[in-house]
Amino acid sequence: MVPEALDDLTVFLLSLLVGYAVISRVPATLHTPLMSAANAIHGVVLVGALIIAITADTPAGYALALVATAFAAMNAVGGYVVTDRMLQMFRGPGRRPGRAGGGGAGGEHHGGADAADAAVDADPGGPDAAARRPGTGGAP
Amino acid sequence: MSAVDVVVRLVYLAAATLFVIGLHLMNSPATARRGNVLSAVGMGAAVAVTLVLLLAAQTVTPAGWAVIAVGTLVGSAAGLYAARRVAMTAMPQLVSLFNAVGGGAAALIGIHDYLRFGGPDGDLTLLTTTAVTLDVIIGTVAFSGSLVASAKLQGWMPGRPLLLPLRGAVNLVVAAVIAVASVGLIAELAGTPALLLIVVAALLLGVLVVLAIGGADMPVVVSLLNSCTGVAVAMAGFVIGNSMLIIAGALVGASGGILTKLMADAMNRPIRAILVGGYGTGDAAGALPGGAGDGVRTIDADDAAIRLAYAGRVIIVPGYGLAAAQAQHELHELAELLEERGVRVDYAIHPVAGRMPGHMNVLLAEAKVPYSQMREMDEINPEFPRAAVALVVGANDVTNPAARRPGTPVSGMPILDVDRAETVIVVKRSLGHGYAGIDNELYTDPRTRMYLADAKTALSELGTAVKTLVG
Repeated sequence: MVPEALDDLTVFLLSLLVGYAVISRVPATLHTPLMSAANAIHGVVLVGALIIAITADTPAGYALALVATAFAAMNAVGGYVVTDRMLQMFRGPGRRPGRAGGGGAGGEHHGGADAADAAVDADPGGPDAAARRPGTGGAP
Repeated sequence: MSAVDVVVRLVYLAAATLFVIGLHLMNSPATARRGNVLSAVGMGAAVAVTLVLLLAAQTVTPAGWAVIAVGTLVGSAAGLYAARRVAMTAMPQLVSLFNAVGGGAAALIGIHDYLRFGGPDGDLTLLTTTAVTLDVIIGTVAFSGSLVASAKLQGWMPGRPLLLPLRGAVNLVVAAVIAVASVGLIAELAGTPALLLIVVAALLLGVLVVLAIGGADMPVVVSLLNSCTGVAVAMAGFVIGNSMLIIAGALVGASGGILTKLMADAMNRPIRAILVGGYGTGDAAGALPGGAGDGVRTIDADDAAIRLAYAGRVIIVPGYGLAAAQAQHELHELAELLEERGVRVDYAIHPVAGRMPGHMNVLLAEAKVPYSQMREMDEINPEFPRAAVALVVGANDVTNPAARRPGTPVSGMPILDVDRAETVIVVKRSLGHGYAGIDNELYTDPRTRMYLADAKTALSELGTAVKTLVG
């Protein structure tokens, strides 16, 4: 049991680090859809709800499994659909330029925005990430 | 390990990979939707392969299958219906509601597992019981807290912080009860009664903490609770020994945590201060000598239309008032009229405009505002001095110049520099306070004209005026 628990702990910690690394560069514009998308991902608790239905054999157990399954299914299905609805609206009419627009801090999405396939390259570099951090501008 | 087991684990691994890639693609608006679809595919595969696992195990009773079928169908239908029907302005409360049920499901898994296998005579190890305890505490707090947050955002509960007397002490007592019951549960001294006590106390704690937090801070709270649900799901994974739940839960837990930090930074509010609550009670009103109403200059539709139509450059600052009035379409129509006359129009988006960071972008995108015209704060602020008119629609605290001075409740909060434009026209229903509960010094600035009306009415009046006067 202990080695298994240590394996689980390893997976947990590494996943925390991956989550940290993946999210830290998302622009404020996408925070709401991102929160919603993350929300949908924890709908994976549905898998857990299905698994406890294996062991249910009392009325109380069935009741718990039923509510857990319904809750989790709502989380997963609703989360993905609502996120998709939000993201659908980000498709501009005809053109999909980056937010750089007419200058200013500029170039927040160089290249990444017009080439959907360049997702991996879409990470702006360090200086841009700093420029985008809320709180670095505005009030002197 | 049987062949089915191997396949199931491989599919779980693939699903977890898709979740990571899906989150990664959220880095850019161009790829975000594809990321979400990939993530959903991963979820679908994980659920499908779990059903195969249950079939192969052949231990599920007919009643168990009925439970699975009914639960999944009812939950999916409810989620689908809510997600399709919700208005874009009501998005934050729906996300919070989905978060609540996710946290609830995670807690129920822990409760079920303990009731089935736990207790002094059970076969749960110390580690598993600890995971159950954490799962139930975090999941339950996320459940009740998210429901309260959702109700506040929906307006079913007052958005202002509800400060009970002695709430600090009460919260401490509730937390202590949870701690003691947890020790009882983990040390196998108390068993099921301790578990029930934890559930009740954690439900109460979630409600108490979120009640004390004002509506303006709610997005940060929703994000934090989202993170909590992620951790609860990971704990549920520890309980039932499912590594995919651990991976997905930890991913969401970490990403939600960072998002919370980013949002709190955008409002210049320490997370700790938000959780303590009590912000925006209006105590600090009167920061402006003389109070609201003095020295305010109003403007009518015709005058405002002329100023807009003959401006070289207009920067629009949309805020929650716009969202609440659902006036994004009227706004875009007005902007198009101005553009036809050769006016350059941009939209300045504060990171926390609307009810959530990025919420305003979603609303404007719904009205088909081109993405290139939505400009972020850091990018647009230097351009205000070159704008003839800054048109503020229903934004308050994020435009308050008082934030540049120390000693006010909004001090240090990043703001949009609208007061540096040649003229400022503010469309607002009343001279009421924003969430910070203080007067906006912008409204008494000599260059500011107030257009006191509902955003939808005001913007269509402006559109008509532009057409008839200068069309």
